Amino acid sequence: MSILVSRASRVICQGFTGKQGTFHSEQAIAYGTNLVGGVTPGRGGSRHLDRPVFDTVHDAVAQAKADVSMIYVPAPFAADAILEAADAGIRLIVCITEGIPVNDMVRVRAALAGGRSRLVGPNCPGVITPGECKVGIMPGFIHQPGRVGIVSRSGTLTYEAVFQTTRLGLGQSSCVGIGGDPVRGMNFIDVIALFERDPGTAGIVMVGEIGGSDEEAAADYIRRHVKKPVVAYIAGVTAPAGKRMGHAGAVIAGGKGTAADKYAALEDAGVRTVRSPAELGSAMKKALAAKRRPQSKGR
Amino acid sequence: MNLHEYQAKRLFADYGVPVPDGRVAANESEAVAAAGELAGPVWVVKAQVHAGGRGKAGGVKLCRSSAEVGRAAAAMLGERLVTKQTGAAGLPIGQVYVESGSAIARELYLSLLLNRETGRIAFVASAAGGMDIEEVAAREPHRILRADVDPAAGLMGYQCRRLAFGLGLADAQVAEFERIARALYRLYLERDLSLVEVNPLIVTQDGALVALDAKINVEANALFRQPALVALRDPSQEDAMEREASAHELNYVSLDGNIACMVNGAGLAMATMDLIQLHGGQPANFLDVGGTATAERVTAAFRLILSNERVRAVLVNIFGGIVRCDVIAEGIVQAVQTVGVNVPVIVRLEGTNADRARRILAASRLAITSAKDLTDAATKAVKLAGGRARR
Repeated sequence: MSILVSRASRVICQGFTGKQGTFHSEQAIAYGTNLVGGVTPGRGGSRHLDRPVFDTVHDAVAQAKADVSMIYVPAPFAADAILEAADAGIRLIVCITEGIPVNDMVRVRAALAGGRSRLVGPNCPGVITPGECKVGIMPGFIHQPGRVGIVSRSGTLTYEAVFQTTRLGLGQSSCVGIGGDPVRGMNFIDVIALFERDPGTAGIVMVGEIGGSDEEAAADYIRRHVKKPVVAYIAGVTAPAGKRMGHAGAVIAGGKGTAADKYAALEDAGVRTVRSPAELGSAMKKALAAKRRPQSKGR
Repeated sequence: MNLHEYQAKRLFADYGVPVPDGRVAANESEAVAAAGELAGPVWVVKAQVHAGGRGKAGGVKLCRSSAEVGRAAAAMLGERLVTKQTGAAGLPIGQVYVESGSAIARELYLSLLLNRETGRIAFVASAAGGMDIEEVAAREPHRILRADVDPAAGLMGYQCRRLAFGLGLADAQVAEFERIARALYRLYLERDLSLVEVNPLIVTQDGALVALDAKINVEANALFRQPALVALRDPSQEDAMEREASAHELNYVSLDGNIACMVNGAGLAMATMDLIQLHGGQPANFLDVGGTATAERVTAAFRLILSNERVRAVLVNIFGGIVRCDVIAEGIVQAVQTVGVNVPVIVRLEGTNADRARRILAASRLAITSAKDLTDAATKAVKLAGGRARR
């Protein structure tokens, strides 16, 4: 079992014939993803990577029954691409594009609210269900089908967690990179809720970062709703306040969103935290051996 | 990207937000001339640097004659202003802004920024203007007023009225406040800003509302469609190394330690800094070489981190996904040969073609220490930098 994507997903790529879109579509096909075509306005009717090209996402949905889209459209046009996918009825929109203006995402998020489409990203590595479906830029070969669900704000740190759980023989049910931008689609809570319900997921690894309060919100959710063991790491203990560390997300303002705050909230919710990212896999292995999540303190 | 106060105030004026009359000056005679053109009897000379806390640091001077304006400008120009936001080195003062003095009855606070929790642009206002707003928020949270703007509906009249009444404004001031709030919201959206801060927004003794200070940050991702704002960039206010880094599409932040890091991905870069500290060392920098690191970029990254004289060791931590480790390894060998590295280099490569990469490093016969995993890399780096590693 898995979340969000599986063998049955019918995936298209927006920005299909561009350099990024072509490269990552090739990789996805090689991994075994059911890529049913792609969208490049003006190239409809032609073929690319032995798949049909459509002018619009609506055409791709009507003719190829697409239900998942991965977006590699350049930042100035990405907001438009996301809303086109939503309007066409795409169930899961995975936006890989980095550098989308925040004010564009403010409008996109408001427009998607209440609709039926889920958005992952932007500025994220994507979603993968090992052995079945790869929608994103993650290296497929480090994954292994298994029972750990991984959710992370950071790309390469997700790979660390994947690599460790693979090496320890645990494998992954699905991995979701939610992205580092301040305004995004799915959040920790949304993904953790899906993992909690997924019978194929035995434990959850969560990789957070300084900035914002999403990890604190996730801690509160875990305390109230999650029975499966959760292991968490927060990057940025040493990051100085007020400095932006790459991701727009990774900035601490006025003492809020520090790693210490986040660790405290998670530990209070009964999450097993690690101070070293090298211990994510081993901590998960221990947690699964112990089966039950330790009782949360208080409340 | 930050703007100077005088640039921000020009934008305010363009959008109809009242600001005091002012002139920018780059030398003493320009400052004296500015005072001559501006109404007195009091003028304010303000150092133009990209940092707050100027008043307490001596960067704002009240003057009662144009000669005094000239002396204040001469004393500031060419100096460096150290405020609590600049760090010990301070920032160079290349220009001053000369303004007509205002008769202040009350000082308010007003800003616009992203509320990350709701994903909406939000107004923050307080009757406690002229103070550090974060301190106000921490000590007297009830004095902070907020209004999130629905992007589809836009800023509504009731939101402006609630803020205005909450700030203790009355009569014609309420409508004037709404006009200013609408202008600032339009400015924020049309110019793709990430922060507009007016601290203080004053009520003059005549009851008028005036933006006495103005701070604007332009959102980095939107610079491609704001060429007029890009032209306002002042490189003298930026960290030289961070500027050099951005020219090579490297994401670099200077820190105080002695172990330089070179990592792909912002999250892993922060995690590497954390690991160094966890094992008893201190990172010299944050450096993300990005998802598509090439040999050229690795060389540029080495040059950059080695130009910091405090560095006693370099830790390279790459998880090759799309980036192949063997390409990175070749980049490291090339960089060590061309740049001439005289501190220990510790390398941890994992992921795509990691085995081939390790063979390339071993065959190079360069003094490169290979690490087998994250923990090994951090402890080796701390030890080789002269510290005592904690495992």
